[in-house]
Amino acid sequence: MKTLEDLKKVREKALEQMKIREGKFSARVVVAMGTCGIAAGAREVMSAILDELDKRGVTDISVTQSGCKGLCEQEPTVDVIKDDQVVTYGYVDSDKARQIVGQHLVNGSIVDEWVVTATN
Amino acid sequence: MAGEWNVRELSMHILDLAQNSIAAGASLIEIDVIADKKSDSLKISIRDNGAGMSAEYVAQVRYPFTTSRTTRRVGLGIPMFAEAARECDGDLTLDSSPGEGTCLEAVFKLSHIDRAPMGDISSTLIALIAANPDIDIVYRHQSNSSEFMLDTRELRVQLDGVALNENAVLKWIAEYVADGLSDKSLAIDN
Repeated sequence: MKTLEDLKKVREKALEQMKIREGKFSARVVVAMGTCGIAAGAREVMSAILDELDKRGVTDISVTQSGCKGLCEQEPTVDVIKDDQVVTYGYVDSDKARQIVGQHLVNGSIVDEWVVTATN
Repeated sequence: MAGEWNVRELSMHILDLAQNSIAAGASLIEIDVIADKKSDSLKISIRDNGAGMSAEYVAQVRYPFTTSRTTRRVGLGIPMFAEAARECDGDLTLDSSPGEGTCLEAVFKLSHIDRAPMGDISSTLIALIAANPDIDIVYRHQSNSSEFMLDTRELRVQLDGVALNENAVLKWIAEYVADGLSDKSLAIDN
């Protein structure tokens, strides 16, 4: 059984991870969490992204959420913001989310076939 | 795909409704899930300290298509949840006033054949905490005489400045919730 006391150890681990990224995030991932997004599976997409980042030991990417942005038809949508470029992926599911983490966030190459919009 | 849209689980409704609290600028969201086999009821409430709503607004949030784009934060979420409760011999009540926050409560007949399963409450809590690390979440889960509780304010004391959305912390919270809810007496779905 886990107790709140365990958190002290978790805190030490988190501090190490924070030290490695030196306060800088290399990219930001935004999962749309409007009713449309949630109904289409945004929660599972969020879980997959967090799990994939954890498995790969990536600690310098921030994961956050937005509301409905008018792309209801293409939900779940995920924005990847990296080097001032915003890429929006549509019809994302858990598998695609994991691939987006690996290919785009880790390896730096956009997964073209799932892109809805992208800034230059 | 669009055709597969469906809020299948009560835990997904909770995630959706908590978005209203976030949009209302809440710093504390309290979620209660209370099942009582004796009275055959399941009560789900979401209480926040956000901006609150006027009586006029409260009266119209139940109607999905009366909301304008500028007041987009309430759309289909509450009507769908109210419908889910009514289908199960229950109802939804909404208590709010400007500056006082909002309390939304739905009651379901626990054993009703159409009652949606609770589903993955751990994923709902993690999604909320991961994307909103500065908001405090209190999750209270009671079934008969057993109780499980997660209060991020208590976690913050232990974490002493480390954010709730650090990978290592999120992982611990997910395990803590799964552990806590694995107690069979807390089970709500059969």
